[in-house]
Amino acid sequence: MRKLTFKGGIHPPEKKELSENESIIEFPVRPEISVPLLQQLGAPSKPLVKKGDPVKKGQMIGEAQGFISANVHSPVSGKVKDVDYTNHPVTGRGISVTILTESNNTPTSDDYFKAEDPEKLSPQEIADIAKNSGIVGMGGASFPTHVKLIPPKGKNYESLILNGAECEPYLTADYRLMLEKPEKILLGAKLMMKACLAKKTFIAIESNKPEAVREWEKLTSGEDWIELKVMKTKYPQGAEKQLINAITGKEVPSGGLPVDVGVLVQNVGTAAALYDAVYSGEPLIKRVTTVTGAVKRRANLLVPVGTYVSDIIEFLGGYLGEPGKVIFGGPMMGVSQRTDGVPVIKSTSGILVLSKTESTEKPQTNCIRCSRCVTVCPIGLMPYEIAARSETGDLETAGSVGALDCIECGSCSFICPARRDLVQLIRLAKNKIIAKKKRGAQK
Amino acid sequence: MIQNLRLSSSPHVKDPTTTRRIMLLVIAALVPSAAASILFFGYYSGILMLTGTISAIAAEAIAEILRKRGLKSLTDGSAALTGLLLSFNLPASVPIWVPVIGAFVSIWFGKMVFGGLGHNIFNPALIGRAFLVAAYPTLMTASWISPVLTNSTASGFINDKLRTNIESVVSSEELDAMTSATPLGLLKDARRVLSNPASTDLQKDKARGSIQTLYSWETIKNMFLGNTGGSLGETSALLLLIGGLFLCALKIVNWRMPFSFIGVVFILTWLIGGTNGFFSGNPFFSVVSGGLMLGAFFMATDMVTSPMTDKGQILFGLCAGFLVVIIRTYGGYPEGVCYSILIMNAFTPLIDRFIRPKKFGIQEVK
Repeated sequence: MRKLTFKGGIHPPEKKELSENESIIEFPVRPEISVPLLQQLGAPSKPLVKKGDPVKKGQMIGEAQGFISANVHSPVSGKVKDVDYTNHPVTGRGISVTILTESNNTPTSDDYFKAEDPEKLSPQEIADIAKNSGIVGMGGASFPTHVKLIPPKGKNYESLILNGAECEPYLTADYRLMLEKPEKILLGAKLMMKACLAKKTFIAIESNKPEAVREWEKLTSGEDWIELKVMKTKYPQGAEKQLINAITGKEVPSGGLPVDVGVLVQNVGTAAALYDAVYSGEPLIKRVTTVTGAVKRRANLLVPVGTYVSDIIEFLGGYLGEPGKVIFGGPMMGVSQRTDGVPVIKSTSGILVLSKTESTEKPQTNCIRCSRCVTVCPIGLMPYEIAARSETGDLETAGSVGALDCIECGSCSFICPARRDLVQLIRLAKNKIIAKKKRGAQK
Repeated sequence: MIQNLRLSSSPHVKDPTTTRRIMLLVIAALVPSAAASILFFGYYSGILMLTGTISAIAAEAIAEILRKRGLKSLTDGSAALTGLLLSFNLPASVPIWVPVIGAFVSIWFGKMVFGGLGHNIFNPALIGRAFLVAAYPTLMTASWISPVLTNSTASGFINDKLRTNIESVVSSEELDAMTSATPLGLLKDARRVLSNPASTDLQKDKARGSIQTLYSWETIKNMFLGNTGGSLGETSALLLLIGGLFLCALKIVNWRMPFSFIGVVFILTWLIGGTNGFFSGNPFFSVVSGGLMLGAFFMATDMVTSPMTDKGQILFGLCAGFLVVIIRTYGGYPEGVCYSILIMNAFTPLIDRFIRPKKFGIQEVK
C-alpha cells in the first residue's frame, strides 16, 4: 500500500519499543482521586457536588458550562473530600473534586443510561450521548466531541478520519487500543459516521505499527464504508491538518476548521469512548495511557481519570533513577509537570518520565540561518523569522508572517542546531496576539 | 510525591545535530583538499592553512574579550572554518603574515562587527580574500607556484608549454612577477591578446595555441585532479567535489545551490564562448578551473549568508553562476567566483523577503 504523507516534518527517535508490547492493564482504583473540572478545551465545568456529598461511579459531578465545554463524571463511588483548587496538569492550578473511594462497583443508578438499540439512534441522539457522557477528543487537545460531531449549519462532512497515527514518540496507547479493542473503535466509528453524516470513513495508521496495520487490513477488507490508510512514519503525521492533507489532498484554509474541507477527524480512543458510552452507558471516566521512559516498568494502563501520577509510578515499581521531567503526553507536544502529585485527565495520552540527563538543555546560541526550521515546518512558515520578531516584541510583523497559523508541533525547536526555543517564542507571540485581540474586542 | 521537577515548554527532545557538529563536518569535508594541497605545493601550504586557522580563532577570541562575552563562542568551530576557507583562497607562496591579516579582517570586519556568528551579511572568508586582493594585488594574483608534482610528465608538459606560449604574449616585467600562472589567468591573457588590435598575427597564433592547450582534455584532466597552479585549496576539483557531495548527502549543504551554480557556469560558458564567438567556450574547462568548486560547494552555501528556501538557493546559485561567467569572460579579473558570491550575499535578504515557502492553507491566486 502506498504510504501517504505531508510536506515537511521530522523523524525523532520513536522509542515505541519501550512499551509497545505491553498489553493494556486495568489500573486498580486508589483510595483517593482528584477529578479536575477542566478537562476539556473551553470553559470549565460547574461543580454539582460539595464537600461531604456521597458520589456514585458514573455520576455527573461537573456540568458543561457554555457551548464549548463538557460534563465530568465520578470514576468511583465514594465521598467528596473537597472541592477546591489543586494541582492541574495543564493549567497548573484548577478546581478539582477530590473523592475518597469506597467502591469501584458499577452502580445500577440512572446515571448509566444504556441505549436500547444503538443501531437506531439518530445523529442528534448520538451527539447527545456524547455530550452527556462528557466525551472529549482523546488525542491530546480534548476538544468536546459533541461540538464537532454535528456539522455547523450550511456545512457538511464528506468523510470521517479516525486518527490512529500516534506520531508522538514513546506513546503506544492508541496502538494497544487498536490491537486489543478494535471492535470498540469500529463500532464507535460507525456511530460517529452516522452522527456526522459522512459518506466515508478512513482509519489512518502510521507504518511503524505493522501489527496494527495487519489487524486493520483484516477488519476493513470487504467493508465499503471504512478504508485503511497507511501513513508514512513522520512527525507530525497525526496533526489534524497534516492528516487531512495526506489523505484527501485538501488543505484546511488558514484560520479555518477541518469542516471547511468537509472532514471530521477523531482519535481512535474517542471512538472507543463513544462506543462505551452508547453500548454500556459508561461515561468517560477512564482512559488508556502509556507510562514510559525512566520508570522501572513501562505499561499501557487503563486508568480512572483523577488517579495521581505518584500512585501510578508506585504501582510500576518507582522511577528509574532520579526523575528530571514528568511529561503529560509525548515528548514533542506534552506538558511538563512540576510535581507528580497531579491527576490523570481525559486527555492524558501518556506519562513520560525523562531522567535528569535527558532533561538538561544545552544553552541557546545564535541562529546560523541553516534553514532547517523552514524545511521541516509542516505549515510552510519561516519559524526563525517569527521567533526573532517575538523576541524583539514586534507582534505585528510576527502576526503578518503567520504566527497564528503555527500548529505548535515543535518540529522547528527539535531540529534547530543552535538549540533555539523557536516554537516556544512563536507560542508566546501567538498568545500575546490573541490576548491583544481579546482586549481589543472588549473595548 | 516529588516536587520541583523540571518545567519547560515542549518539545522535550532535540535533534543531536548542533552548530558545532555542522561546522566540524564542513571542516572534515575540507580535509582531503587540505591534504592534497600539502601534497601538491609542499608543507609550506600546510603552515599557511594552520596559520590562517589559528589566526581566525585568535581574532575571534580577542573580539569576544573586547565585547565582554566570554570565550564560549569559540567552541562552535565557525572561526576555525573561516580561517581554513580563507587560507584555501591564498596562493601557495604568499608570506606567512598574509593569512594572519586576512583572518583578522575576515573575523573582525566580516563577522564580529555585525554581531558575530549568524549576523554577518557577507561570507567572512571572502571578505578577507577580497581585502587581501585589494591590498596586496601582486602577492595575491601572482604568487602562484606550480605543483611540486610538476616533474611528472603531464603537468610538466602543460606548464612548460603554457609558459612558452605565455612568454610570447606578456611583457618581460609582467613575467618576472610570475612564477607560474593559473589556467584562468592564462586564458584571460590569451584573450586579451586576441582582442587587442595592436597584436601581431604571430602573437595571435600563439594565443590561439595557448587556448587550444588549455582546452585540451589533458589540461582539463590535470585541473580536475588538482595538478595545476592555483590557490591552495582550489586546485583539486575532484577532492572538493567529493567533500561537497559528502555535505550534500548529510544535508548540511543544500544540493540545489552548487548544482544550479555550476550548471549555469557550464552552460553559459559554452554559450557565450568568448573571443571565438558563441558556442565556442569549453564548459568542462570552466567548471574545473579557478575557485568554482570551492565557491559553489563551500562558500556560496555558507548558511548564514545564503537564502533560507530551496527556491532561493537555486536563484542565488543561478545568479552567482551568471556573474562568474560575465566576470570571467568580460571582466578585468581572470576569476570572479569571490565577487559573484559577495554580490549575491548582498541580495540574500531581498531573496528571503520575496521567495518564501508556500504557506499551508493559503490558496495560490489563480
